[in-house]
Amino acid sequence: MHLAQFNVAHMRAPVDDPLLAEFVAALEPVNTLADAAPGFVWRAIANEDDPEETITHEFGDHLLINYSIWESRESLWNFVYRSPHLAVLQRRREWFHRVAEPYTVMWWVEEGDIPSLKEAWHRLTLLREKGPTPDAFTFKEFYDPDGDRG
Amino acid sequence: MDDLAAVAALNDPVRRELYRYVTSKGRPVGRNEAAEAAGVARPLAAFHLDKLVEAGLLEAGFARLTDRTGPGSGRPAKVYQRAPGEHVVSVPPRDYRTLALVLAEVVDLLGGDEVAEKAAHRIGARLGAESAAASLSGLLAERGYEPYDDDGVLRLRNCPFHVLAQEQPLLVCSMNLSLCQGLLEGRGEPGAPRLDPRPGECCVVFPQENSKTNKS
Repeated sequence: MHLAQFNVAHMRAPVDDPLLAEFVAALEPVNTLADAAPGFVWRAIANEDDPEETITHEFGDHLLINYSIWESRESLWNFVYRSPHLAVLQRRREWFHRVAEPYTVMWWVEEGDIPSLKEAWHRLTLLREKGPTPDAFTFKEFYDPDGDRG
Repeated sequence: MDDLAAVAALNDPVRRELYRYVTSKGRPVGRNEAAEAAGVARPLAAFHLDKLVEAGLLEAGFARLTDRTGPGSGRPAKVYQRAPGEHVVSVPPRDYRTLALVLAEVVDLLGGDEVAEKAAHRIGARLGAESAAASLSGLLAERGYEPYDDDGVLRLRNCPFHVLAQEQPLLVCSMNLSLCQGLLEGRGEPGAPRLDPRPGECCVVFPQENSKTNKS
């Protein structure tokens, strides 16, 4: 099984606003880092030729989405918190609003499967409505592929 | 094995030296190398290393220690490295960890990261000023960071806040960076520690100018 993660971020301004400029500039180096990270499997890409283009979707305005698949919890953790990605994450308040409801969700997928964006959104909704379950969970309240609390 | 027994296993000076040496390497260490470093015969080192494994402080594996492979290259050697997990003993019982977890969650819920970072900086500066350590790396060693020189950069092998950093990585790593900045400031030394996280180590590194003359 592979681990899918989907997260949304509420931008403080439209993506082409100067406020977001440094974030947009960090997209290419950070995505390059992800692609080369141990255990990286797949990520949603808006435009192969433009690393700064963000994914368009129907889930709301000023909402940045990020969707990727990893071999394990450890590989995703090491990319998110144990790589130069952490320094970008630290600056999140400059670019994104604080939200009270969960904004990141994880679930297990069959190897080779890439669930649709709609499915990913559904998982986040599930987490928001029911809290962490084996079908939609978080790093903090993590479930193994067999449904046990990790 | 309970925590007290694990800690008690370090009571023997040779064993303690072997543990210190193996964990300072950050990679699997063979029996010969460890014996040489501790200045004892190989069989004695092997005995104590295996006691440390029994106590849950080290874990053993097998690796080829030479580059030769194939027939004639010999069987893999037994190697040792630090075991995961931690052992805390307090007499009388104290439990600061649970309270720290609660407080970290409160800071997170209140969105109080910046206030927490400022407080960490302040406390770091106080600790840095109060310490009698002769060098920055001495101070960092005193505080459990296990500093080592890596190509002119001072890296920290151990995260003293590991459990909390697993629970609230963003908050705890930011606070740790601020604390480290404070430590340096409290010593009146220039330079700016920065985040450069790697798997299995502390997230903070100190740039070259601080580490050149301060090898521990």
